[in-house]
Amino acid sequence: MDLEAILQLAGASLRLGTPLLLACLAGLFSERAGIFDIGLEGKMLAAAFAAGAFAAVTGSAWVGLLAGIAASVVLALVHGLASITLKGNQLISGVAINFLASGLTALIGQNWFGMGGQTPQLRPGARFLDLAWPLADALAAVPVAGPIYRHVISGHNILVYAALAAVPLTWWVLYRTRFGLRLRAVGENPAAVDTAGVSVVRLRYGAVVIAGVLCGIAGAYLSTAMAAGFNREMTAGKGFIALAALIFAKWRPWPALGACLLFGLLEAVGIRYQAITLPGLGVVPVQFMQALPYILTVVILAGFVGKAIPPKAGGRPYAKER
Amino acid sequence: MNPALPRWVDLALIPLLNLALAFFVAGLVVLVIGENPIEAMRLLLVGSLGSSYGIGYTLYYATTFVFTGLSVAIAYHAGLFNIGSEGQAQLGGLGVALVCLAVPWPAWWIALPVAILGAGILGAAWAFVPGYLQAKRGSHVVITTIMFNFIASALLVYLLVNVLKVPGSMAPETAGFPPGTFLPTMQEILALVGLKVSKTPLNLSALLALLAAFLTWVLIWRTRLGYEMRAFGHSEPAAVYAGIDPVRITVTAMLLSGAMAGMMGLNVVMGFQHRLVLDYVAGAGFVGIAVALMGRSHPAGVVLAAILFGILYQGGAELAFDMPAISRDMIVVIQALVILFTGALENLVRLPVAWLFRRRRTA
Repeated sequence: MDLEAILQLAGASLRLGTPLLLACLAGLFSERAGIFDIGLEGKMLAAAFAAGAFAAVTGSAWVGLLAGIAASVVLALVHGLASITLKGNQLISGVAINFLASGLTALIGQNWFGMGGQTPQLRPGARFLDLAWPLADALAAVPVAGPIYRHVISGHNILVYAALAAVPLTWWVLYRTRFGLRLRAVGENPAAVDTAGVSVVRLRYGAVVIAGVLCGIAGAYLSTAMAAGFNREMTAGKGFIALAALIFAKWRPWPALGACLLFGLLEAVGIRYQAITLPGLGVVPVQFMQALPYILTVVILAGFVGKAIPPKAGGRPYAKER
Repeated sequence: MNPALPRWVDLALIPLLNLALAFFVAGLVVLVIGENPIEAMRLLLVGSLGSSYGIGYTLYYATTFVFTGLSVAIAYHAGLFNIGSEGQAQLGGLGVALVCLAVPWPAWWIALPVAILGAGILGAAWAFVPGYLQAKRGSHVVITTIMFNFIASALLVYLLVNVLKVPGSMAPETAGFPPGTFLPTMQEILALVGLKVSKTPLNLSALLALLAAFLTWVLIWRTRLGYEMRAFGHSEPAAVYAGIDPVRITVTAMLLSGAMAGMMGLNVVMGFQHRLVLDYVAGAGFVGIAVALMGRSHPAGVVLAAILFGILYQGGAELAFDMPAISRDMIVVIQALVILFTGALENLVRLPVAWLFRRRRTA
């Protein structure tokens, strides 16, 4: 494997890791506020469909992005209504949201476009295209730095950079703002936040809506940046891999970036090399590569490689004492 | 949650109101698509219950859902939300296939007990790790079972493509089973008593499903283990204080739950398809979640809810045929709405109903 191939793999990991990262940060906001979110997959899928459909009809990727965010936020609000206002079971709500998105996107897609649940192929103007940074080709001849600049730093679409920027932003919001402090507190000890006179309900809704927005961008990325249109079930478990990455990262933003890039790399390797021969071990089947993120998550959850401890008040509705 | 409510309100009125809400919203979806919901409902009922053919398919689907619904329900009684019935059922199907292909079975009634063991052992094995990790390491069973669903599907793809496939064939499926393993169809069974029905996939497993429901009832409400499971599910600290071993209960409940999910393989793999195909479960494990929620985790409720979902699956297929605008995805939408309204949004109905009853009492 030469440098060129390694760098192409790195670029591919970044592109494949982007939707995972956005969804993972979405889960981070929600779960840090004490709301379990296994509906990341459904929100992403709904957003991917809405973005693909609206971008196809209007010819604008930005309108598509807004539509995707709107669809995802609507589902996020359903989750909020169920788990905050009505104090229902957050896990069941997440399961329902995943099925709702799966069914509705296919049903409405067939109804609107009659293409078996797909949305029409997007023209280049209706997509987020890769941005070539200045002098990317000219500098390619420079040893090492040139190819790195060309394959890894330059040549992605704007949502990739947005996702990367979201990591320090999330860190800053969580650890350097009053909102972030309260958000983390509400996930650990909501009663204390309530006693301090801060609304638990408002904070949690805020977190859930932020999760909706981020999942919306993740979904729009799938249908209007990575692909040129929506396909049935196009999230294909990415929401759950993002959830796995969140646990892997122990609910922290910078490790989330690392985990998502790692899982993106696994996917990129799986796409590029159908079967890998490891010296001494024989051929590793591609299915094993696909299952690896899930296997790693179970290992992490089992606490064999550092213990993953979720926010303390996660999953429990908060009832004010009377 | 509110002990003051009469039993019939808790067990019948609230679930029915939730169900009505789910169907009301589903009707709105049909309206938005531009079709008539009443007509759609009529087609759905005629397609599922209007002929012995339709009824046969409805009950065939229902049989599958009884197994997966009971699987979710058993774990739920011990306070565990098992989303892994899907993967456990995949492994159960593998167990059935391995047994059926192992030797040239002379008769189905010899193969059946071994197949039940095979399905149960592999299904339970797939639930063991999540159960053990929950009990011993505190790893949340919901997350681990989700992960195990994905691992199961990757494992099955690998086995069917690389190991179990018939050499030279393109299809990722096992060889056909020897005819000695075919479970009797309901058509053959009913012919013994002189009844004539259409040929459908409905088979002996339907009776096994009823037996499984009865045995689950016995387990949960008539045995010491069931009592311990319910106590543990109700209040873990109280159960532990009473001397109930949390590790034993958690692991046992997950093993039983996984074994029950695996039984689905009897109905589909041994009773109908007579080979193991890729993703034979096709979401039935997730339907089990809706069935268990709607059936209030009671075996009788699970059977009723499974029949309702059988009607939806068979009727939905016929509906998609008659009204192409409403594709089979409508079933998934209704399933989602049932989970949403009977599970997550339960208090939407419960709180107003409870308020009404309190008011009536104080008045």
